[in-house]
Amino acid sequence: MTAAAFDADRAYRLHEQVALRPEPFGALAYHYGNRRLNFLRAKELVTLVESLADHDSVQAAFDAARIDPRRWPSFERALASLAASDFLVPDAHDAHEGAAA
Amino acid sequence: MTLIEEPRPDNLVLSPVKQSGLAEQMKRGLDAPICLTWELTYACNLQCVHCLSSSGRRDPRELTTEECEAVIDELQRMQVFYINIGGGEPTIRKDFWHLVRYAVDHGVGVKFSTNGSGIDAEVAEQLAESDYVDVQISIDGADAETNDHVRGEGSFATAVQAMEHLQAAGFEGFKISVVMTRHNIPQVDEFKAMADHYGAQLRLTRFRPSGRGADSWEALHPTDQQQRELYHWLMDHPDVLTGDSFFHLSALGEALPGLNLCGAGRVVCLIDPVGDVYACPFVLHDEFLAGSVRDDGGFQKVWQESDLFTELREPQSAGACASCGHFDACQGGCMAAKFFTGIPLDGPDPECVLGHGEEAMDSVARAAVSKDHSRTTVVLGRKPVS
Repeated sequence: MTAAAFDADRAYRLHEQVALRPEPFGALAYHYGNRRLNFLRAKELVTLVESLADHDSVQAAFDAARIDPRRWPSFERALASLAASDFLVPDAHDAHEGAAA
Repeated sequence: MTLIEEPRPDNLVLSPVKQSGLAEQMKRGLDAPICLTWELTYACNLQCVHCLSSSGRRDPRELTTEECEAVIDELQRMQVFYINIGGGEPTIRKDFWHLVRYAVDHGVGVKFSTNGSGIDAEVAEQLAESDYVDVQISIDGADAETNDHVRGEGSFATAVQAMEHLQAAGFEGFKISVVMTRHNIPQVDEFKAMADHYGAQLRLTRFRPSGRGADSWEALHPTDQQQRELYHWLMDHPDVLTGDSFFHLSALGEALPGLNLCGAGRVVCLIDPVGDVYACPFVLHDEFLAGSVRDDGGFQKVWQESDLFTELREPQSAGACASCGHFDACQGGCMAAKFFTGIPLDGPDPECVLGHGEEAMDSVARAAVSKDHSRTTVVLGRKPVS
Protein backbone atom coordinates (compact mmCIF):
# COMPACT_ATOMS: atom_id res chain seq x y z
CA MET A 1 0.00 0.00 0.00
CA THR A 2 1.39 3.39 -0.91
CA ALA A 3 0.16 6.45 0.91
CA ALA A 4 -1.18 9.17 -1.35
CA ALA A 5 0.59 12.53 -1.18
CA PHE A 6 -0.66 14.82 1.55
CA ASP A 7 -3.30 17.19 0.22
CA ALA A 8 -4.44 20.14 2.36
CA ASP A 9 -7.68 20.31 0.39
CA ARG A 10 -8.69 16.92 1.74
CA ALA A 11 -9.91 15.84 5.15
CA TYR A 12 -7.69 13.94 7.57
CA ARG A 13 -8.01 12.58 11.07
CA LEU A 14 -5.76 10.96 13.63
CA HIS A 15 -5.25 7.26 13.06
CA GLU A 16 -7.40 5.34 15.51
CA GLN A 17 -4.31 3.65 16.98
CA VAL A 18 -2.58 6.94 17.74
CA ALA A 19 -2.57 8.38 21.26
CA LEU A 20 -1.56 11.93 22.19
CA ARG A 21 -0.06 12.79 25.56
CA PRO A 22 0.12 16.47 26.51
CA GLU A 23 3.60 17.69 27.42
CA PRO A 24 4.95 21.17 28.19
CA PHE A 25 6.33 21.51 24.63
CA GLY A 26 3.18 20.27 22.90
CA ALA A 27 2.49 16.55 22.86
CA LEU A 28 3.98 13.14 22.44
CA ALA A 29 2.22 11.03 19.85
CA TYR A 30 2.48 7.27 19.82
CA HIS A 31 1.21 4.91 17.14
CA TYR A 32 0.33 1.53 18.59
CA GLY A 33 0.22 0.00 15.12
CA ASN A 34 3.68 0.84 13.78
CA ARG A 35 5.13 1.60 17.26
CA ARG A 36 6.52 4.93 16.21
CA LEU A 37 6.82 7.96 18.40
CA ASN A 38 6.48 11.55 17.27
CA PHE A 39 6.94 14.85 19.03
CA LEU A 40 4.39 17.53 18.26
CA ARG A 41 6.42 20.58 19.12
CA ALA A 42 3.80 23.31 19.35
CA LYS A 43 0.59 23.44 21.34
CA GLU A 44 -1.18 24.99 18.33
CA LEU A 45 -0.17 21.98 16.27
CA VAL A 46 -1.73 19.66 18.86
CA THR A 47 -4.97 21.64 18.79
CA LEU A 48 -4.95 21.64 15.00
CA VAL A 49 -4.34 17.89 14.78
CA GLU A 50 -7.12 17.18 17.24
CA SER A 51 -9.54 19.38 15.28
CA LEU A 52 -8.86 17.83 11.86
CA ALA A 53 -11.69 15.32 12.13
CA ASP A 54 -14.20 18.15 12.57
CA HIS A 55 -13.42 19.71 9.22
CA ASP A 56 -13.95 18.81 5.58
CA SER A 57 -10.41 19.77 4.70
CA VAL A 58 -7.11 20.58 6.38
CA GLN A 59 -7.47 24.08 4.97
CA ALA A 60 -10.78 24.51 6.78
CA ALA A 61 -9.14 23.38 10.00
CA PHE A 62 -6.39 25.98 9.51
CA ASP A 63 -8.99 28.70 9.01
CA ALA A 64 -10.95 27.65 12.08
CA ALA A 65 -7.84 27.40 14.26
CA ARG A 66 -6.95 31.04 13.47
CA ILE A 67 -3.32 30.18 12.91
CA ASP A 68 -1.28 32.98 11.37
CA PRO A 69 -1.05 32.15 7.62
CA ARG A 70 2.68 32.86 7.75
CA ARG A 71 3.02 29.75 9.92
CA TRP A 72 0.93 27.55 7.62
CA PRO A 73 3.85 26.16 5.59
CA SER A 74 5.64 24.80 8.68
CA PHE A 75 2.40 23.38 10.08
CA GLU A 76 1.58 21.81 6.73
CA ARG A 77 5.02 20.18 6.59
CA ALA A 78 4.42 18.78 10.06
CA LEU A 79 1.02 17.40 9.04
CA ALA A 80 2.45 15.92 5.84
CA SER A 81 5.13 14.19 7.88
CA LEU A 82 2.53 12.82 10.28
CA ALA A 83 0.52 11.55 7.33
CA ALA A 84 3.61 9.94 5.80
CA SER A 85 4.15 7.90 8.95
CA ASP A 86 0.47 6.96 9.08
CA PHE A 87 -0.32 9.07 12.19
CA LEU A 88 -2.87 10.95 10.09
CA VAL A 89 -5.14 9.20 7.64
CA PRO A 90 -7.56 10.54 5.03
CA ASP A 91 -10.97 10.95 6.62
CA ALA A 92 -14.20 9.43 5.35
CA HIS A 93 -16.10 12.71 5.32
CA ASP A 94 -13.67 14.11 2.78
CA ALA A 95 -15.41 16.76 0.66
CA HIS A 96 -13.67 15.33 -2.43
CA GLU A 97 -14.57 11.77 -1.64
CA GLY A 98 -17.16 11.39 -4.38
CA ALA A 99 -14.99 12.94 -7.07
CA ALA A 100 -11.75 11.14 -6.25
CA ALA A 101 -12.72 7.66 -7.30
CA MET B 1 12.62 24.80 14.84
CA THR B 2 10.83 21.87 13.33
CA LEU B 3 7.34 21.27 14.59
CA ILE B 4 7.56 17.55 14.85
CA GLU B 5 10.39 15.20 15.52
CA GLU B 6 10.10 11.73 14.23
CA PRO B 7 12.31 9.31 16.06
CA ARG B 8 13.43 5.93 14.87
CA PRO B 9 10.99 3.29 16.02
CA ASP B 10 12.68 2.34 19.24
CA ASN B 11 12.32 3.05 22.91
CA LEU B 12 14.36 6.10 23.13
CA VAL B 13 15.59 6.65 19.67
CA LEU B 14 14.81 10.10 18.47
CA SER B 15 15.87 11.81 15.31
CA PRO B 16 19.10 13.80 15.47
CA VAL B 17 18.28 16.91 17.40
CA LYS B 18 21.62 17.62 19.03
CA GLN B 19 21.23 20.58 21.35
CA SER B 20 18.01 21.84 19.84
CA GLY B 21 15.10 22.86 22.02
CA LEU B 22 13.72 19.36 22.22
CA ALA B 23 16.82 17.84 23.80
CA GLU B 24 16.84 20.63 26.37
CA GLN B 25 13.18 19.99 27.14
CA MET B 26 13.89 16.28 27.54
CA LYS B 27 16.63 17.06 30.04
CA ARG B 28 14.14 18.86 32.23
CA GLY B 29 12.03 15.72 32.27
CA LEU B 30 8.54 14.81 31.10
CA ASP B 31 5.27 14.39 32.99
CA ALA B 32 5.58 10.64 32.42
CA PRO B 33 8.43 8.50 31.10
CA ILE B 34 8.71 7.73 27.38
CA CYS B 35 10.56 4.54 28.04
CA LEU B 36 9.80 2.56 31.13
CA THR B 37 11.51 -0.73 31.77
CA TRP B 38 9.89 -3.10 34.21
CA GLU B 39 11.87 -6.10 35.36
CA LEU B 40 9.04 -8.40 36.45
CA THR B 41 11.19 -11.01 38.15
CA TYR B 42 14.78 -11.73 39.08
CA ALA B 43 14.13 -15.42 38.40
CA CYS B 44 15.92 -16.70 35.33
CA ASN B 45 16.71 -20.06 33.79
CA LEU B 46 19.95 -18.58 32.46
CA GLN B 47 22.75 -16.80 34.26
CA CYS B 48 24.36 -14.62 31.60
CA VAL B 49 27.77 -13.35 32.63
CA HIS B 50 26.88 -9.76 31.76
CA CYS B 51 23.36 -9.67 33.26
CA LEU B 52 22.72 -6.07 34.23
CA SER B 53 20.35 -7.13 37.02
CA SER B 54 22.46 -10.04 38.33
CA SER B 55 19.40 -12.23 37.89
CA GLY B 56 18.92 -15.87 38.75
CA ARG B 57 16.87 -16.28 41.94
CA ARG B 58 13.35 -14.98 42.39
CA ASP B 59 13.05 -12.32 45.08
CA PRO B 60 10.40 -13.46 47.61
CA ARG B 61 9.19 -9.88 48.00
CA GLU B 62 8.26 -9.72 44.29
CA LEU B 63 5.18 -7.59 43.47
CA THR B 64 1.99 -9.65 43.56
CA THR B 65 -0.34 -9.91 40.59
CA GLU B 66 -2.68 -7.39 42.21
CA GLU B 67 0.16 -4.96 42.85
CA CYS B 68 1.30 -5.28 39.23
CA GLU B 69 -2.22 -4.58 38.02
CA ALA B 70 -2.35 -1.47 40.20
CA VAL B 71 0.91 -0.25 38.66
CA ILE B 72 -0.50 -0.82 35.17
CA ASP B 73 -3.65 1.13 36.13
CA GLU B 74 -1.41 3.98 37.18
CA LEU B 75 0.63 3.85 33.97
CA GLN B 76 -2.61 4.01 32.02
CA ARG B 77 -3.62 7.13 33.93
CA MET B 78 -0.24 8.68 33.22
CA GLN B 79 -0.57 7.73 29.54
CA VAL B 80 2.61 5.70 29.41
CA PHE B 81 2.17 4.35 25.89
CA TYR B 82 4.09 1.17 26.32
CA ILE B 83 6.39 -0.63 28.71
CA ASN B 84 9.48 -2.72 28.18
CA ILE B 85 9.18 -5.82 30.29
CA GLY B 86 12.29 -7.74 31.20
CA GLY B 87 13.86 -9.57 34.08
CA GLY B 88 15.19 -12.09 34.77
CA GLU B 89 13.23 -14.16 32.32
CA PRO B 90 9.78 -12.56 32.57
CA THR B 91 7.91 -15.49 31.03
CA ILE B 92 8.82 -17.53 34.10
CA ARG B 93 6.26 -15.61 36.16
CA LYS B 94 3.06 -17.64 36.27
CA ASP B 95 0.96 -14.51 35.76
CA PHE B 96 3.14 -13.18 32.91
CA TRP B 97 0.65 -13.67 30.09
CA HIS B 98 -2.17 -12.41 32.29
CA LEU B 99 -0.22 -9.20 33.01
CA VAL B 100 0.60 -8.70 29.32
CA ARG B 101 -3.07 -9.01 28.48
CA TYR B 102 -4.03 -6.75 31.39
CA ALA B 103 -1.64 -4.06 30.16
CA VAL B 104 -2.84 -4.25 26.56
CA ASP B 105 -6.48 -4.15 27.68
CA HIS B 106 -5.63 -0.96 29.58
CA GLY B 107 -4.02 0.81 26.63
CA VAL B 108 -0.44 0.12 27.70
CA GLY B 109 1.48 -1.59 24.91
CA VAL B 110 4.08 -4.19 25.83
CA LYS B 111 7.46 -5.08 24.47
CA PHE B 112 9.06 -7.88 26.39
CA SER B 113 12.58 -9.25 26.35
CA THR B 114 13.06 -12.97 26.53
CA ASN B 115 15.73 -15.57 26.03
CA GLY B 116 13.16 -17.45 23.98
CA SER B 117 12.49 -20.28 26.41
CA GLY B 118 8.83 -19.30 26.82
CA ILE B 119 8.05 -18.96 23.10
CA ASP B 120 6.67 -22.17 21.66
CA ALA B 121 4.62 -22.46 18.46
CA GLU B 122 1.32 -21.80 20.23
CA VAL B 123 2.57 -18.74 22.11
CA ALA B 124 4.11 -17.38 18.89
CA GLU B 125 0.76 -17.60 17.15
CA GLN B 126 -1.00 -15.73 19.92
CA LEU B 127 1.68 -13.05 19.90
CA ALA B 128 1.44 -12.63 16.14
CA GLU B 129 -2.24 -11.77 16.53
CA SER B 130 -1.71 -8.73 18.74
CA ASP B 131 -0.65 -5.33 17.44
CA TYR B 132 0.05 -4.24 20.96
CA VAL B 133 2.67 -6.78 21.95
CA ASP B 134 6.21 -6.79 20.67
CA VAL B 135 8.86 -9.39 21.38
CA GLN B 136 12.58 -8.99 21.76
CA ILE B 137 14.75 -12.09 21.63
CA SER B 138 18.14 -11.70 23.28
CA ILE B 139 21.23 -13.28 21.76
CA ASP B 140 24.84 -12.30 22.20
CA GLY B 141 26.55 -14.22 19.43
CA ALA B 142 25.75 -15.01 15.81
CA ASP B 143 26.69 -18.63 16.45
CA ALA B 144 26.23 -20.99 19.38
CA GLU B 145 29.85 -20.85 20.43
CA THR B 146 30.05 -17.08 20.78
CA ASN B 147 26.56 -16.78 22.26
CA ASP B 148 26.74 -19.63 24.76
CA HIS B 149 30.09 -18.37 26.03
CA VAL B 150 28.18 -15.46 27.57
CA ARG B 151 24.62 -16.78 27.94
CA GLY B 152 25.20 -20.43 28.77
CA GLU B 153 25.09 -23.81 27.11
CA GLY B 154 22.14 -24.37 24.78
CA SER B 155 20.88 -20.77 24.96
CA PHE B 156 21.59 -20.07 21.27
CA ALA B 157 19.51 -23.06 20.14
CA THR B 158 16.65 -21.94 22.40
CA ALA B 159 16.69 -18.41 20.98
CA VAL B 160 16.85 -19.63 17.39
CA GLN B 161 13.92 -21.96 17.98
CA ALA B 162 11.86 -19.06 19.36
CA MET B 163 12.71 -16.97 16.28
CA GLU B 164 11.64 -19.80 14.03
CA HIS B 165 8.34 -20.08 15.86
CA LEU B 166 7.75 -16.33 15.52
CA GLN B 167 8.60 -16.40 11.83
CA ALA B 168 6.36 -19.41 11.21
CA ALA B 169 3.51 -17.64 13.01
CA GLY B 170 3.95 -14.61 10.73
CA PHE B 171 5.14 -12.26 13.48
CA GLU B 172 6.87 -9.57 11.44
CA GLY B 173 9.35 -7.13 12.86
CA PHE B 174 10.09 -8.74 16.19
CA LYS B 175 13.37 -7.58 17.65
CA ILE B 176 16.65 -9.43 17.89
CA SER B 177 18.57 -7.75 20.68
CA VAL B 178 22.34 -8.02 20.99
CA VAL B 179 24.63 -6.54 23.61
CA MET B 180 27.82 -5.54 21.80
CA THR B 181 30.96 -7.21 23.15
CA ARG B 182 34.53 -7.75 22.11
CA HIS B 183 33.59 -11.18 20.78
CA ASN B 184 30.48 -10.31 18.78
CA ILE B 185 31.26 -6.93 17.23
CA PRO B 186 33.08 -8.76 14.37
CA GLN B 187 29.78 -10.60 13.74
CA VAL B 188 27.64 -7.52 13.28
CA ASP B 189 26.95 -8.23 9.60
CA GLU B 190 25.91 -11.76 10.50
CA PHE B 191 23.42 -10.42 13.05
CA LYS B 192 21.97 -8.16 10.39
CA ALA B 193 21.66 -11.07 7.97
CA MET B 194 19.97 -13.13 10.67
CA ALA B 195 17.44 -10.36 11.37
CA ASP B 196 16.73 -9.99 7.65
CA HIS B 197 16.29 -13.75 7.35
CA TYR B 198 13.64 -13.81 10.09
CA GLY B 199 11.93 -10.60 8.97
CA ALA B 200 13.03 -9.17 12.31
CA GLN B 201 14.56 -5.87 13.33
CA LEU B 202 18.07 -5.82 14.70
CA ARG B 203 18.69 -3.96 17.94
CA LEU B 204 22.24 -3.43 19.15
CA THR B 205 22.89 -2.02 22.59
CA ARG B 206 25.86 -1.03 24.60
CA PHE B 207 27.43 -3.40 27.13
CA ARG B 208 27.52 -1.74 30.54
CA PRO B 209 29.51 -2.76 33.60
CA SER B 210 26.22 -3.15 35.52
CA GLY B 211 25.20 -6.15 37.61
CA ARG B 212 27.39 -9.12 36.68
CA GLY B 213 28.63 -6.99 33.80
CA ALA B 214 30.99 -5.41 36.33
CA ASP B 215 32.81 -8.73 36.65
CA SER B 216 32.93 -9.50 32.92
CA TRP B 217 33.65 -5.93 31.83
CA GLU B 218 37.39 -6.29 31.42
CA ALA B 219 37.00 -9.42 29.31
CA LEU B 220 34.05 -8.32 27.18
CA HIS B 221 33.96 -4.59 26.62
CA PRO B 222 34.90 -3.55 23.06
CA THR B 223 38.37 -2.33 22.13
CA ASP B 224 38.90 1.25 20.93
CA GLN B 225 39.27 -0.01 17.37
CA GLN B 226 36.02 -1.99 17.63
CA GLN B 227 34.19 1.07 18.95
CA ARG B 228 35.32 2.98 15.86
CA GLU B 229 34.20 0.17 13.55
CA LEU B 230 30.85 -0.02 15.28
CA TYR B 231 30.32 3.74 15.01
CA HIS B 232 30.82 3.64 11.24
CA TRP B 233 28.68 0.53 10.89
CA LEU B 234 25.83 2.21 12.79
CA MET B 235 26.14 5.32 10.63
CA ASP B 236 25.85 3.06 7.57
CA HIS B 237 22.81 1.22 9.00
CA PRO B 238 20.34 3.83 10.25
CA ASP B 239 17.56 1.23 10.26
CA VAL B 240 19.24 -0.72 13.04
CA LEU B 241 17.85 0.14 16.48
CA THR B 242 20.17 1.12 19.30
CA GLY B 243 18.01 2.37 22.16
CA ASP B 244 20.13 5.52 21.83
CA SER B 245 22.77 3.67 23.82
CA PHE B 246 25.93 4.52 21.87
CA PHE B 247 25.86 8.29 22.16
CA HIS B 248 29.35 8.28 23.68
CA LEU B 249 30.55 7.28 20.17
CA SER B 250 29.18 10.49 18.68
CA ALA B 251 32.44 12.18 19.67
CA LEU B 252 33.98 10.27 16.74
CA GLY B 253 32.29 12.54 14.21
CA GLU B 254 28.77 13.25 13.09
CA ALA B 255 26.22 12.47 15.82
CA LEU B 256 24.51 9.10 15.67
CA PRO B 257 20.75 9.28 15.13
CA GLY B 258 19.11 9.81 18.51
CA LEU B 259 18.73 12.26 21.34
CA ASN B 260 22.34 11.74 22.38
CA LEU B 261 21.81 12.40 26.02
CA CYS B 262 21.44 10.40 29.18
CA GLY B 263 17.72 9.88 29.69
CA ALA B 264 18.02 8.53 33.23
CA GLY B 265 15.23 9.88 35.41
CA ARG B 266 14.31 12.33 32.65
CA VAL B 267 12.60 10.22 30.01
CA VAL B 268 13.62 6.76 31.22
CA CYS B 269 13.37 4.77 34.42
CA LEU B 270 13.17 1.24 35.72
CA ILE B 271 10.80 -0.58 38.07
CA ASP B 272 12.41 -3.66 39.59
CA PRO B 273 10.62 -6.87 40.64
CA VAL B 274 9.97 -5.63 44.19
CA GLY B 275 8.64 -2.29 42.96
CA ASP B 276 11.74 -0.18 43.53
CA VAL B 277 12.13 2.62 40.99
CA TYR B 278 15.60 3.35 39.63
CA ALA B 279 16.81 6.09 37.29
CA CYS B 280 17.57 3.67 34.45
CA PRO B 281 17.85 -0.08 33.77
CA PHE B 282 21.61 0.00 34.22
CA VAL B 283 21.84 1.48 37.70
CA LEU B 284 20.30 -1.06 40.05
CA HIS B 285 22.12 0.44 43.00
CA ASP B 286 20.95 2.26 46.15
CA GLU B 287 22.62 5.41 44.87
CA PHE B 288 20.06 5.62 42.04
CA LEU B 289 16.99 4.39 43.90
CA ALA B 290 14.28 7.05 43.69
CA GLY B 291 11.52 5.32 45.64
CA SER B 292 9.05 2.45 45.38
CA VAL B 293 5.71 1.93 43.70
CA ARG B 294 4.67 0.58 47.11
CA ASP B 295 5.17 4.03 48.71
CA ASP B 296 2.23 6.39 49.25
CA GLY B 297 1.57 8.18 45.98
CA GLY B 298 2.80 5.22 43.98
CA PHE B 299 4.87 5.39 40.83
CA GLN B 300 3.57 8.78 39.76
CA LYS B 301 4.84 10.49 42.87
CA VAL B 302 8.25 8.86 42.51
CA TRP B 303 8.47 9.92 38.86
CA GLN B 304 7.27 13.46 39.38
CA GLU B 305 8.52 14.36 42.85
CA SER B 306 11.38 12.17 44.05
CA ASP B 307 14.52 14.01 45.12
CA LEU B 308 16.73 11.88 42.89
CA PHE B 309 14.77 12.46 39.69
CA THR B 310 14.39 16.16 40.47
CA GLU B 311 18.14 16.38 40.84
CA LEU B 312 18.80 14.48 37.58
CA ARG B 313 16.59 16.96 35.73
CA GLU B 314 18.61 19.94 36.87
CA PRO B 315 21.43 21.21 34.65
CA GLN B 316 24.38 18.86 35.03
CA SER B 317 27.97 19.95 35.29
CA ALA B 318 30.30 18.93 32.47
CA GLY B 319 32.95 18.47 35.17
CA ALA B 320 36.19 17.02 33.93
CA CYS B 321 34.87 17.09 30.35
CA ALA B 322 34.07 20.84 30.35
CA SER B 323 37.23 21.73 28.46
CA CYS B 324 36.83 18.96 25.87
CA GLY B 325 35.63 20.13 22.47
CA HIS B 326 33.51 17.01 22.05
CA PHE B 327 31.31 17.36 25.13
CA ASP B 328 28.35 18.60 23.10
CA ALA B 329 28.53 15.42 21.04
CA CYS B 330 28.94 12.78 23.76
CA GLN B 331 27.53 14.62 26.80
CA GLY B 332 30.14 12.92 28.96
CA GLY B 333 28.75 9.48 28.17
CA CYS B 334 26.83 6.98 30.26
CA MET B 335 26.16 7.55 33.95
CA ALA B 336 25.97 3.83 34.71
CA ALA B 337 29.20 3.03 32.88
CA LYS B 338 30.99 5.68 34.92
CA PHE B 339 29.48 4.69 38.24
CA PHE B 340 30.31 1.00 38.03
CA THR B 341 33.87 1.64 36.87
CA GLY B 342 34.44 4.02 39.77
CA ILE B 343 34.51 7.23 37.73
CA PRO B 344 32.80 10.33 39.19
CA LEU B 345 29.52 11.15 37.44
CA ASP B 346 30.99 14.36 36.07
CA GLY B 347 34.06 12.49 34.80
CA PRO B 348 34.62 10.94 31.37
CA ASP B 349 32.95 7.76 30.16
CA PRO B 350 35.18 4.70 30.74
CA GLU B 351 35.02 4.08 26.99
CA CYS B 352 35.61 7.74 26.05
CA VAL B 353 36.70 7.58 22.40
CA LEU B 354 39.36 10.19 23.11
CA GLY B 355 40.94 7.93 25.70
CA HIS B 356 40.13 10.02 28.77
CA GLY B 357 38.35 7.12 30.48
CA GLU B 358 41.31 4.86 31.17
CA GLU B 359 43.15 7.10 33.60
CA ALA B 360 39.94 8.17 35.36
CA MET B 361 39.04 4.52 35.92
CA ASP B 362 42.32 3.64 37.56
CA SER B 363 42.22 6.44 40.07
CA VAL B 364 39.20 5.49 42.15
CA ALA B 365 37.61 2.55 43.85
CA ARG B 366 34.74 0.87 42.06
CA ALA B 367 31.19 0.79 43.39
CA ALA B 368 30.17 -2.59 44.65
CA VAL B 369 27.09 -4.22 43.18
CA SER B 370 24.39 -3.81 45.79
CA LYS B 371 21.81 -6.26 44.48
CA ASP B 372 22.82 -9.75 43.56
CA HIS B 373 20.30 -12.46 42.70
CA SER B 374 22.79 -14.84 41.14
CA ARG B 375 22.13 -18.50 41.94
CA THR B 376 25.78 -19.45 41.89
CA THR B 377 29.06 -17.79 41.14
CA VAL B 378 28.89 -16.98 37.45
CA VAL B 379 31.97 -17.29 35.32
CA LEU B 380 32.58 -16.90 31.62
CA GLY B 381 32.28 -20.09 29.63
CA ARG B 382 34.88 -21.46 27.29
CA LYS B 383 36.36 -18.64 25.26
CA PRO B 384 35.19 -18.67 21.65
CA VAL B 385 37.84 -19.02 18.99
CA SER B 386 37.72 -15.89 16.91
